[in-house]
Amino acid sequence: MTKYILRRIFYLFLTLFIIATITFFLMKMLPGTPFSNQNRMSAEQLKIVKAQYGLDQSVFVQYVRYLGGLLQGNLGTSFQFNNEPVTLLIGQRLAPSMQIGAQAMIVGTIFGILLGAVAAIRKNTWVDTLATFVSILGLSIPSFVLAVLLQFYLAYKWKIYPVALWDNFQSSVLPTIALAALPLGTVARFMRTEMVDVLSSDYIELAKSKGNSNWKVVTKHALRNSLIPVVTIIGPMAVSVMTGSMVVENIFSIPGIGEQFVKSITTNDYPTIMGLTIFYSFLLIIVYLIVDILYGLIDPRIRLGNGGKE
Amino acid sequence: MEKILEVKDLHVDFDTYNGTVHAIRGVDFHLNAGETLAIVGESGSGKSVTVRAVLQLLASNAKISKGEVLYHGDDLLQKSDQDMDKIRGNKISMIFQDPMTSLDPTMTIGKQVAEPLLIHNNVSQKDALQRAEEVLRLVGIPNPKARMNDYPHQFSGGQRQRIVIAIAIVDYPEILIADEPTTALDVTVQAQIIDLLKELQQKIGTSIIFITHDLGVVAGIADRVAVMYAGRFVEYGTVNEVFYNPQHPYTWGLLDSMPTLDTSESARLNSIPGTPPNLLNPPKGDAFAPRNKYALEIDEEEQPPFFKVSKTHYAATWLLHPDAPKVTPPAGILKRFEKFQKLGGNAK
Repeated sequence: MTKYILRRIFYLFLTLFIIATITFFLMKMLPGTPFSNQNRMSAEQLKIVKAQYGLDQSVFVQYVRYLGGLLQGNLGTSFQFNNEPVTLLIGQRLAPSMQIGAQAMIVGTIFGILLGAVAAIRKNTWVDTLATFVSILGLSIPSFVLAVLLQFYLAYKWKIYPVALWDNFQSSVLPTIALAALPLGTVARFMRTEMVDVLSSDYIELAKSKGNSNWKVVTKHALRNSLIPVVTIIGPMAVSVMTGSMVVENIFSIPGIGEQFVKSITTNDYPTIMGLTIFYSFLLIIVYLIVDILYGLIDPRIRLGNGGKE
Repeated sequence: MEKILEVKDLHVDFDTYNGTVHAIRGVDFHLNAGETLAIVGESGSGKSVTVRAVLQLLASNAKISKGEVLYHGDDLLQKSDQDMDKIRGNKISMIFQDPMTSLDPTMTIGKQVAEPLLIHNNVSQKDALQRAEEVLRLVGIPNPKARMNDYPHQFSGGQRQRIVIAIAIVDYPEILIADEPTTALDVTVQAQIIDLLKELQQKIGTSIIFITHDLGVVAGIADRVAVMYAGRFVEYGTVNEVFYNPQHPYTWGLLDSMPTLDTSESARLNSIPGTPPNLLNPPKGDAFAPRNKYALEIDEEEQPPFFKVSKTHYAATWLLHPDAPKVTPPAGILKRFEKFQKLGGNAK
């Protein structure tokens, strides 16, 4: 197991290196410079600024320098945003996005699993139809539509939650709901399909023949076996939800990272783009690693290394 | 002998997209204490449905439309699902057909075997696991203590079937229903499992309903045999009566299609022509009539009742009616009649 994790960590760095390289050169192919907006700068001034940021060197030298910095955990300083170090910039903006994302994932996953399970248990009844309807709504309503609807009813009309604010837990409720719809719908669909399969399997019939009540059959045997494919989709979805949604963050005025990413691309803020890309990739790879380890915990058939004693 | 289970006039229907399938169309049988009753018949004849109806483990589109299942005189069909939970795995338990898919892949063997004990008895987890270990040893899992924490995928097919049996017997059921427990296994393992069941029956004194389509297996394990066709029983009696003094043309066909030691290598095996009837629209008369070269005109019109052959032997064929014409069964069956006479029976 340890050996496996060490190997995975080695691959993690290899992958990050490849991603950093590709992003770096792709970004250099973007038209324009970070300063193209500053038309008022003279050629002299531009040269000085470029030298200051090391942009006067050849692309290859810039690349080597960047990798050098990366090895020391230095993501460089932002060209925009008050020349803050990128690490600091990401750090500040990340917390709100992660908080809302994590809340949305927890809410979406738990309710998705419940909804899917109930739909499967009550297959082909009105409960199933209702659950399917809800999950399809969750999947197909764009988050900005849901966000605006939530704002209109829960904030503007009934005044339960603030319209758009970022201070306490109260203010995070609406964006959490808006973001939770997608994972909820997705998880519910997967869960239902899998659970219908599991419930018709022989070992569930055997579990029932042992004298288990229907409730125990589901909680002790069906649930765990249905979760395996659900875990697969939760991982990547968690990353995409937790790394922020520009739209939802804009609507609810949340100082999150989604907005930051878009801004840095439109302004050719190389170090910030690089930093965010590498950070996202890092997160995604870590999550996949966790998912793979979780697999083993849920399903003994895919337990790693010396887990099986045969 | 005490009848511990009695099934009367059982009817089971399935709702399908094409209409209602009348899978079981009036089945009567009983099980005596301590005996083994084999139910034989081809695939789709309703063997599994019959025993699942006893435990009420039918699919959700199935309905028991009529009948009684008396367990010690108590009608199980009148009980709620909660009350049935107290009987399943405790008084009546079931051995399933496919060992590869019948065990929960994510639960250790020890826990799976101990589960019925924890459900039905007020025992600690530790005691239940202790007992599970004993039963695993009893069914012949080597080194059970070490293997309690293993998962199903770490066992072979034969071992898994032993584990499935261990689950069924762990709470010493009065009735053990074995639904083709050897079908998925190769022949040598099959023989081991049959021996194991016989041995267990002596040790724990359980009664067994054994479902199979393999007549060779029946001869090895059963006291009595019931032959099933298209949702009804057509003949039942002791093993010797059904094997050596069969009366129903369907039983003749089944027995005649079995290779014997005299069958020459080049000879074609006999088979019953045609296919079973579609139970969406069951025939009015004898369901076997269209495939039966001995069929009488009345077979098309009216279902034959059971005619008594001996105190223990009954067959549902009009050929046994006093007015029926005399027919000569196939040569293979006549040989069986001779053997029956040697055994001291009075063959017709």
